[in-house]
Amino acid sequence: MAWQWFHRLGSPRWFYWKTGAWLPWLAIASGLLLSAGSLWGLGFAPQDAKQGDSYRIIYIHVPAAFLALAGYYIMAISGAIGLIWKMKLSYLVMRAAALIGAVLTFISLFTGAVWGKPTWGTYWVWDARITSMLILLFLYIGVIALSRAFAREQVADKACAILALVGTVNIPIIYKSVDWWFTLHQPATIKLTESSSIDPSMFYPLLTMIIGFYCFYAWALLLHTRNLVLQREWRTNWAQQALADRTPAADR
Amino acid sequence: MEFQFAGLADFLAMNGHGPYVWIAYGVTLLALAGLVIQPVLRRRRLQAALKRQQRIQQRRRSAEKRKRVAEPA
Repeated sequence: MAWQWFHRLGSPRWFYWKTGAWLPWLAIASGLLLSAGSLWGLGFAPQDAKQGDSYRIIYIHVPAAFLALAGYYIMAISGAIGLIWKMKLSYLVMRAAALIGAVLTFISLFTGAVWGKPTWGTYWVWDARITSMLILLFLYIGVIALSRAFAREQVADKACAILALVGTVNIPIIYKSVDWWFTLHQPATIKLTESSSIDPSMFYPLLTMIIGFYCFYAWALLLHTRNLVLQREWRTNWAQQALADRTPAADR
Repeated sequence: MEFQFAGLADFLAMNGHGPYVWIAYGVTLLALAGLVIQPVLRRRRLQAALKRQQRIQQRRRSAEKRKRVAEPA
């Protein structure tokens, strides 16, 4: 009985109808939080004493990097669940997470480069944090490429899951890179174990953006996973009804 | 909490850092929008493919029916 939800969650059909109701709420929440957070960070947060106004890029750079890393855990854990419990749905979550993670990693690298020019005087340095983030991007791209490299999707699922699990080695390296090899990238601004090195007037808009990015991530992950579900189940009766925007009575 | 800039022009200029800030925000907006638009387009393609498939099946079924009527066993 206690595990019923877990088995239900593995059913693509149940997942599809259940998550449909969450989409509008996630869309509204991420839209509100991201626009309010951007406006707050761009216009109302005080200027940084050392970096001037270029520091305002932090309000997208840090949340994007946060989610790029958190998304890797989601991808690797769904891959592991697929390998262990042979759950079809979790492989689809893994595939969706790979694409979204790649885009978020790109955003954090791009905004970091644009921020680096006025602050460090260069777009790119082979600093430990930046290099390990670039490896993260390659891992995401590797999983996407691998997922399309096999004629049989079940084989591709397993190969991707193994690559994703092996790649988790990189995650603690990224977290610790600013402390182990301190060169140019500044150390973490927000710390869980000690007080953060950021003033509340700058921290609250940043927190708003981080929560907004989490909502956006959940929204995008559901959108992409639901599509992959329909694509894989499209021969079934329920998926054809879903594509025709009809909800069967049993799923209402 | 108050607005940190004298006016809109000042806000856009960001004290000389305007181009960096706005390019970073613009590219982020485009990338995030792409993540939401892609599934919508994908779904449309799936719907079109399904309709095509159903039309083909329909045609095959009616052709078989005509055949059965034309040459009774």
